Amino acid sequence: MRFVIMGCGRVGSGLARSLTDEGHDVTIMDVRQDAFRRLTAQFRGNAIIGDGLDSMALQRAGIESADVFVSVTQGDNRNLMAAQVAKHIFKVPRVIARVYDDSRANVFRELGLETLSSPRFVTGLMREMIFDGSTEAPEDR
Amino acid sequence: MYVIVAGGGKVGFGLSQALLANGDEVLCIEKDAHRCAVIAEDLGSASYQGDCCEVSVLEDAGTGRADVFVAVTGDDADNLIACQVAKARFRVPRTVARINDPRNREIFSILGVDATVNSTDVIMSQIAQEMPAQPLTQVLSLRGTGRELYQVEVTPDSPLLGEEVNQVQLPGDSKIILIVGPDETLSTPTNGLQLQAGQVILAVTREEQEPALREALTGIAPE
Repeated sequence: MRFVIMGCGRVGSGLARSLTDEGHDVTIMDVRQDAFRRLTAQFRGNAIIGDGLDSMALQRAGIESADVFVSVTQGDNRNLMAAQVAKHIFKVPRVIARVYDDSRANVFRELGLETLSSPRFVTGLMREMIFDGSTEAPEDR
Repeated sequence: MYVIVAGGGKVGFGLSQALLANGDEVLCIEKDAHRCAVIAEDLGSASYQGDCCEVSVLEDAGTGRADVFVAVTGDDADNLIACQVAKARFRVPRTVARINDPRNREIFSILGVDATVNSTDVIMSQIAQEMPAQPLTQVLSLRGTGRELYQVEVTPDSPLLGEEVNQVQLPGDSKIILIVGPDETLSTPTNGLQLQAGQVILAVTREEQEPALREALTGIAPE
C-alpha cells in the first residue's frame, strides 16, 4: 500500500519506519529538514520537505496515488485541514488525523473524518494499567 | 446582529471596533492572554480570551446564537477549523474566513466556509491601484456574479483617445459602466460620448476575459 505521512515527529517517524519495514511504500513529509533525523539511515521510504497544507507539496509526495494519508504534526488544525484536503480534494481512500483536543476531534468525527484523539487514548490505557493491575502497557502484553 | 470575531490581531481588533461603532453586538476571541488584555482596554466586555477552535470556548461565547462568525487570525488552518466548528457544532448561518494563501480559496469553499477574504489579493489590488505604471487595475470582485470591476485611465497616448465610447470593441459581454471625468463628474456611456485624456473608465468583465479587456482598453497585448 502507498502511504503519505505528514509530520515527522515521534509518531510519524515511528509509523513510517514500521510501515517500510513491512514493505509498504511510504512518503513522509515535514516542513523542517532536521525532523528527518528521527529516521534511520536504513529508512527505505521517501522523505520530502514540504508543507502538507500546500496542495503542490502533497502532489510531490504522491498524494494522488496514495491509499492512506495520516496527519500527525503538532498542530490539531493543521492535521485536520490537511486530512480534509486529502479526503475531499485528492479523494484518498483512507485518511486519519491525530487531534489532541478531544472535543474538536468529535466535531470532525461527526463530519465523517477519522480522528485519533491521543490524550483520550492515553487516558484509557492509563486507567487500564491502574485498575487492571497490569504492569505493562496493554499493547506490550 | 451578533458577530463573533475569531482573532484579535490588527484585522480582528479593527473589525470589532468598526462593528461596534455600527451598533452590532460583537465578541472578539483572542487566544493570547497578553494581546487580549491590550484589546480589552478598548473593547471591554466585547473581548474574550480563549482558543477560538475549542468547543467549550465557543460555547461560552454564545456561538449558538451568532448570526455571523468571522475568523481572521493570521493562520489559514486555524481560520478554517474555527469556521467549520462554528458551522458544524453551532449552526452559525454565515461563516467568513480570512485566507493568507490565495490557493486556499477553493479548498475553503469545498469544505463549507461561506465566504473568504484573501488578504494578499486585497493588498495587491490596493497597491496596484497606486501604481502609475498599471494601466488597468482590478477594483473588486463582484461576489456571486463571476465578474470583476476594473478601472483604466485614458492617457494622452491611449488608443481610446477620441473614440466614441459605445464603439469601443470589448471582449464577450464586457461592459463599460461609468466614465469619471478629470473634474470628477460622472457620465454613463451614452452614444456620442467621446473618450478624452484624464478620464477614468470603469468596466465589468469576466475573469477569463481580463487579458482581452486589457488589450482593448490599453492597447497592450497580453504576454
